[in-house]
Amino acid sequence: MGGKLFRNFSFFSATLSFFILVGIFAILFHYAQESMHTFGFDFLWTEQWEPGEDDEGGIFGGYIPIVGTLLSTIIAMVIATPLAMGIAIFLTEIASVTVAKPVSIAIELLAAIPSIIYGMWGLFYFAPVVQSIFGGNGVGLLTAGIVLAIMIVPFMAAITRDSMNTTPSVLKESAYAMGATKFEVIKDVIMPYSKGGIIGSIILALGRALGETMAVAFLIGSVMHTVGKVTDPTTSIPVLLANNFAEAEDLEMSSMYFLALILFVVSFIIISSAKFYFLGRKVK
Amino acid sequence: MTKNNLVMELKNFSFTYAGATKPSLKKINLPIEENKITAMIGPSGCGKSTLLRSMNRIHDLYPGNSYEGKINLYRADGSKQNILDLKKENDFIRLRQEVGMIFQKPTPFPMSIFDNVAYGLRLAGIKNRSELEGRVEKALKGAAIWDETKERLGESALGMSGGQQQRLCIARAVALKPRVLLFDEPTSALDPISTGAIEELIAEIKSEVSVVIVTHNMQQASRLSDYTAFMYLGDLAEFDKTEKIFLNPKEKLTEDYITGRFG
Amino acid sequence: MNRLILNKIILLLSTLSAVIGIGFLFWILATLSYKGITSIHWATFTKDLVDGGIRNLLVGQFTMALMATFVAVPVGMMAGIYLREYGHGSKLASIIRNLSDVMMSAPSIVIGVFVYALLVDPFGSYNGWAGAVALAIMMIPIIISTTDNMLALVPTELREAGMALGGSKHKIILQIVVRAAKVGITTGILLSFARIIGETAPLLFTSANNQFFTMDLGDQFPSLTVSIYNLATYPDEASRELAWAASFILTMIVLTINLLGRFVIRNKK
Ligand SMILES: Nc1ncnc2c1ncn2[C@@H]1O[C@H](COP(=O)(O)OP(=O)(O)OP(=O)(O)O)[C@@H](O)[C@H]1O
Ligand SMILES: [Mg+2]
Repeated sequence: MGGKLFRNFSFFSATLSFFILVGIFAILFHYAQESMHTFGFDFLWTEQWEPGEDDEGGIFGGYIPIVGTLLSTIIAMVIATPLAMGIAIFLTEIASVTVAKPVSIAIELLAAIPSIIYGMWGLFYFAPVVQSIFGGNGVGLLTAGIVLAIMIVPFMAAITRDSMNTTPSVLKESAYAMGATKFEVIKDVIMPYSKGGIIGSIILALGRALGETMAVAFLIGSVMHTVGKVTDPTTSIPVLLANNFAEAEDLEMSSMYFLALILFVVSFIIISSAKFYFLGRKVK
Repeated sequence: MTKNNLVMELKNFSFTYAGATKPSLKKINLPIEENKITAMIGPSGCGKSTLLRSMNRIHDLYPGNSYEGKINLYRADGSKQNILDLKKENDFIRLRQEVGMIFQKPTPFPMSIFDNVAYGLRLAGIKNRSELEGRVEKALKGAAIWDETKERLGESALGMSGGQQQRLCIARAVALKPRVLLFDEPTSALDPISTGAIEELIAEIKSEVSVVIVTHNMQQASRLSDYTAFMYLGDLAEFDKTEKIFLNPKEKLTEDYITGRFG
Repeated sequence: MNRLILNKIILLLSTLSAVIGIGFLFWILATLSYKGITSIHWATFTKDLVDGGIRNLLVGQFTMALMATFVAVPVGMMAGIYLREYGHGSKLASIIRNLSDVMMSAPSIVIGVFVYALLVDPFGSYNGWAGAVALAIMMIPIIISTTDNMLALVPTELREAGMALGGSKHKIILQIVVRAAKVGITTGILLSFARIIGETAPLLFTSANNQFFTMDLGDQFPSLTVSIYNLATYPDEASRELAWAASFILTMIVLTINLLGRFVIRNKK
């Protein structure tokens, strides 16, 4: 009797994540209707974000925040990927245990720091550095991209390290036994062996960068401005939502839901493809 | 046995693992004769693998181990080198090309059959496609798997059977034309038929390369080897011609071990 | 011999990456500690936001995070138990497992928008319940995945031995399997708590913020993280100092819980 109840409760709990996901999609889709009907696909490449007189109508397009999200993510990935690979290689193949252990913990702590802290530190300490090197006024696409990179590096490095660690040591030894250098063993044995996990970690980090709000909110400038230079301030979907969602009304509000839906769907696709193609095979 | 047909020689060799208080190998003196098969036997934990792994210094992948004594390698040009003196990465690479190693479990790399065999050759700087193809074919023929693999050289090596993989690993090592090949229980993970094939293969390659093989299988040692070293608790308890060891050992301990009274 | 040089270069670059990574950790922690410690006063802990302290914010943040935990832990554990013990190997379980992993990486701001539509908009006001629900939605998939992974480490023989003694399935799960995985699951709970206590985006328009001390979850609810976001952008020095103090305290809380989680697992295994 108790067994049946227990089983049913566990089944219900398990299906809950399905209902939440469907619920998120349905709600966003529902509230985005007005904007979808008014603007259609043009929403994606319309640069204006202009409320009408007395909050009636207006023109809203997602181009600027969409491009801002993509560009800041690309900058972050370009910087973070080689750094994270380097750290993972250092931890698994270079450092002795006595060094690797504390460094590993430090990297994991870095991953645990809340993103708002990265944002604040970035605004007061890192933005001036970027400004003095690249010009601009400190906040902007580049600063946001770099701090985003700093934020996702530890996460990516930790997963990459874990999958590189699964390479059996005899396999490495037999490559060394043929006269390979350390780099050749990494390139020809470890990387191919742990390829799935490494690509998976890159894609998961990509998903994280796309949806990151707070680190970017402090740093991207938060203005509806099309970027010309890499140091220009602009905005991203999460940042626009964070700053303006609560005050928006009617069509503007609906356009915000539309943007949230776009972000949700894009990250859904990225993360499920990561799971499906690269990480899914390992599920026991 | 005369000095000039030796390929390696261990003199007063001791080895201590990082962090260990006692040495795992104590003052080992062991000659390895050229183009002969030397078997190492002894109970589990006596130091066979430790000794084998000293001979191409694969131990050096992990920091903190310490060596004493000498391990001389006699090169084809007649020169002699104590491999314990090596320091530079370049010298290690050369040593490992001269002294190859086969492990207990087959270790195919995650790449095609062809690339597996060509791997060491490419590392050694051979780029010319036709030369590579020629040497890969020769190595695969030498390891008696050419007929099974010639149609599928481009396929992943991970799809082969365990026995085939092990022969592939031997082909891969032989392709580099090493002076010595070290085998650490190469058949203990294989079925009897694959084991037979590997033994046959080892007997064949000894005309080109000197072999040191660790085994727990007494029949294998007596069938295959010319010399046998019996190790016990980190000491070389007895070393002699294989017939001598198996028919008329000097030590009581050796006799007890090979007749299965302990171990 | 250029392959040796290439090898050296790559190893050097890798080491350099690690140095850069550690460098940033120290840079961030150093500035945070310096700004934080110099900005903390006794009043920071005893007064509420309205009087220049963070007492109400700490209480509010912990209240919402704890409420989220009370919901997410049983739900997440039960779901993990279903995936591993009942549905294991079934198509449904594998779909749910994947969906839950996707949910774990869903943008947190989107979860905020979702909960706003569900629990704020209809009632016409920000409220603490909505904040707690948003955090629970973030936490559930993490708990599911830890439970699932930790139960997977429990050897099958243990379950079979229990069965052989005539135990019923749910008793074996609760009394043997979950108990064997206890340490790992506890660590997972601590780590996920550390994660949600530092979240800002899902709270921005669910709980929003409150300057005053309140325990009324039906009202706008005080949040430490949302306050940091607001305070940091105010032009006056006092607000910024408070933002630094709050950031420092938040980071210490998060890192302490995190280290505690690792410590638990180290001590038991
Ligand atoms: N990495 C290591 N660190 C410290 N001690 C080790 C290490 N590897 C082996 N030893 C110790 O060295 C001794 C010799 O081990 P070795 O592996 O050489 O034995 P073996 O003769 O090959 O045994 P087996 O037949 O089981 O393979 C053993 O006492 C073992 O405990
Ligand atoms: Mg051994």
